[in-house]
Amino acid sequence: MKNDLAFEFSVNKENKTITVKREFAAELPLVWDAYTKSEVLDQWWAPEPWKARTKTMDFREGGHWHYAMVGPEGEEHWAVANYKTIDPKKRFTALDGFADAEGVVNTEMPQSKWEVSFTPKEELTLVENLITFDDLAQLETTIQMGFKEGLTMAMEGLDALLAAQKQEA
Amino acid sequence: MRRDVFQAIADPTRRAIIGLIALQAMTPNALAEHFDTSRQAVSKHLQILVECQLVKQEQQGREIYYQLEVAKMKEIDNWLEQFRKIWEDRFNQLDTIFSTIKQNKP
Repeated sequence: MKNDLAFEFSVNKENKTITVKREFAAELPLVWDAYTKSEVLDQWWAPEPWKARTKTMDFREGGHWHYAMVGPEGEEHWAVANYKTIDPKKRFTALDGFADAEGVVNTEMPQSKWEVSFTPKEELTLVENLITFDDLAQLETTIQMGFKEGLTMAMEGLDALLAAQKQEA
Repeated sequence: MRRDVFQAIADPTRRAIIGLIALQAMTPNALAEHFDTSRQAVSKHLQILVECQLVKQEQQGREIYYQLEVAKMKEIDNWLEQFRKIWEDRFNQLDTIFSTIKQNKP
């Protein structure tokens, strides 16, 4: 579906963060539900051809979302998001990490902190997602997991270098 | 030992070295002046960067200059692009859900 909704994906190397901003052509309550109700999350959270499948969800401060990313071959990658703070219809924060089928977080793997905020803009809703990583040394593992949130940090000056190289070409 | 560009940037000292030689080719001595660690430690990092093929050496007279292989940095960019695409796909699916919900409303 082609649209002209704003989308921004940026990496801050210093702060080990990714910022993902996106507008949606829907009113805030609907967008809030899409991020906070498992029956909706299961429909869009996994990029094709994977499917998200919620095992348990308890959307409240101190609660969690335990889900699997299910691949086309039936492979399962489990994850848990632990909700920290919730300001209804405005923002929530969570700690997201790899887990097993029982919901035990794998502390060997990278974890990321999520700050998701929602802003109404007439008929649109802007969602800003700030993802903070505390461990960049496990890039290899993250890459091998493929379809899982994780991140590297590109180094300082990469953007400028690549831009300069494009100009030379 | 297999080394690649992601191993190269996994270490903060190596990222700093990359940042320095991105601007101009430098000798190990000149590089070492920027760090509190020993020259040997800097040399070790340079060796790893060379093994990662992110850095190449060039002899000029008696000095060896280290310079960045910019093309190799593209691998990082490509990897990030894939991550960006995951979000794009995800959001496109959500767009579809919203338009379905709207259509189903009386």
